[in-house]
Amino acid sequence: MQEIIRASHITKFFRKPVEVKVLDDVSFQINKGEFVSIMGKSGCGKSTLLYILSTMDTDYEGELFLDSELITGQRHEELARIRNEKIGFVFQFHYLLPEFTVLENVTLPAKKLGIKSKQEIEHDAIEKLKLLGIDDQAKKLSSRISGGQKQRVAIARALINNPSIIMGDEPTGNLDSKNADIVFDIFKDLSISQNLSLLVVTHDEDFAKRTDRIIHMGDGKII
Amino acid sequence: MKRQKSTSRNRANWKLILSISKTHIWTRKKQSLIAALGVTFGIGTYVIMMSFMHGLNDLLDGLILNRTPHIHLYNELKPSTKQPLDLNENYQGKTIFVQSVKPKNAQVRIHNALPILSFLNSQPYVKGATPQIKAQAYYLAGSNQLNGSLTGIDVMKEGHLYNLGDYIIDGSLENLAQNEKGILLGAGVAKKLSVRVGDVVQVSSIKGDVMPLKVVGFYQSGMAEIDNIQSYVNLKVAQRLTGQSNDYVTDINIKLNDMELAPKLAKQMEEMFDVTAVDIQTANAQFETGSSIRTMISYAVSITLLIVAGFGIYNILNMLIFEKMNDIAILKATGFSGKDVKWMFISQAMIIGLVGGFIGLSVGYLVTVIIDNTPFDTAALPTIKTFPVDYDIKYYIIGVSFSLISTFLAGYFPSRKAEKIDPVDIIRGQ
Repeated sequence: MQEIIRASHITKFFRKPVEVKVLDDVSFQINKGEFVSIMGKSGCGKSTLLYILSTMDTDYEGELFLDSELITGQRHEELARIRNEKIGFVFQFHYLLPEFTVLENVTLPAKKLGIKSKQEIEHDAIEKLKLLGIDDQAKKLSSRISGGQKQRVAIARALINNPSIIMGDEPTGNLDSKNADIVFDIFKDLSISQNLSLLVVTHDEDFAKRTDRIIHMGDGKII
Repeated sequence: MKRQKSTSRNRANWKLILSISKTHIWTRKKQSLIAALGVTFGIGTYVIMMSFMHGLNDLLDGLILNRTPHIHLYNELKPSTKQPLDLNENYQGKTIFVQSVKPKNAQVRIHNALPILSFLNSQPYVKGATPQIKAQAYYLAGSNQLNGSLTGIDVMKEGHLYNLGDYIIDGSLENLAQNEKGILLGAGVAKKLSVRVGDVVQVSSIKGDVMPLKVVGFYQSGMAEIDNIQSYVNLKVAQRLTGQSNDYVTDINIKLNDMELAPKLAKQMEEMFDVTAVDIQTANAQFETGSSIRTMISYAVSITLLIVAGFGIYNILNMLIFEKMNDIAILKATGFSGKDVKWMFISQAMIIGLVGGFIGLSVGYLVTVIIDNTPFDTAALPTIKTFPVDYDIKYYIIGVSFSLISTFLAGYFPSRKAEKIDPVDIIRGQ
């Protein structure tokens, strides 16, 4: 099994207002094609863990590997590049840029990566939107589409650079059950058909049960 | 090879950042326009102030400096610095008190004036040296005698070097040159004597010799004190009126190619020719001060306006960044670095500054053209009909540079905040 992400003895403190240990010696790994969910009560540190894994939070102890490459201690610009190339994000609140069209929102990370030509990028973006069944919305402003559609656009954006892993922070938390099902089916399909790794933090037990593996967290530890 | 690839990627990155900035500006046209108008106002005012102020400065400088010689040579009546007692050996080293010292009896004429003139005119640093004869005289109007001051001049040379022709409101300088017994009458004098061009006035020397002179034109300097007494005649007339020979010259006026050399050369000439030499900087010190203070005031006002415009941009950008917290978090989460985000906002500020600046230059130019065509009648300068404007490209370049610098600074500080924003804080805060 090829390892995608590996966390080794990750410990994190919140220093303000008082010093609290949020994560306590967390170690685990995710392999290629695995669909993993993290569950736990509010405040157990699951989101904090996700942000460390996403490279956005750099204030922790321990080591983090992505594609067998040590991420810990890299410069901020390097981390931005790694996020751009290897990690796709889907948040609870859609997080699209409202002044840009759906297509522009999806293509931005690829343009930032700057490897493909504009035509190739737009072609890819349309492909991803087709995959998610919203290619007919491509030219609309992203503030003009429905919540479920927005979340699918966010997934298309997460996929545009063919990342090693997709991370989601309660991606269905803000959706009704019908849309939540659609999003779950998309994730599941990506995991099977494209052999994509997914790591999703969720409160939704039904959602978690249908994933390949559940990591339960409590008081900053894996239980 | 690798470097080539990285520069092309760099360029693509810049293009991407600028296209995002453009979208930000474009989607909030109203706010951007207001911010740009702030800059427009600042730059426009700067250009107008500087062009107008400088035009005015040049005019006023011209009023005095154009017709003032760079070096003026004459003999000054003054007490001897060495009194006879100083030469007596018995009193060497003693403190001597001499009371009621009188000026030495000396002639006002400059010795060897003609050789000095031809020497000066052959020097490379001299643009031209002209002789003058200053004489007291009376204008006779019936039984009345009006005090007057006649200046005998080398007409054409004087006109060429000191723009005398600009101050003639009736008749012309050529008339004086052609008419040996002509007189160019001060406007005030002419009014008092009620004469017209072509009339004859009687002029009397201090000694009482009367000479009829034909009025060939009127001269108006703009200073009533001068116009009420001053008149110009040909050198020969002045010499004859004072009863002197034709090598009699009381003053030599020198115009240099480089005005800045005047103080140094004046000192040399004073020693060389044994005369009093006054340079223009000493004679018109108060004038320089006036010009520089006017320039300073216009700079102060313009810079204040630009700073106000800068604060406008600072405010709007601060608000924009506050509104765009989410967007900044997304951009950072999807791989844009803090630097990218920082330049995104700085470039927005600078685009606003550049656009506002260029509109400001155009507005400034248009208004100065209007000012330039506004009628302006002044007694001081008979040839000036409209307000003076200096269309120096310098002000336009400074204006644009300043708009870029101020908007950069106004954009820099809010943008630094955007650079430092931690996406985790924003995403978690939701």
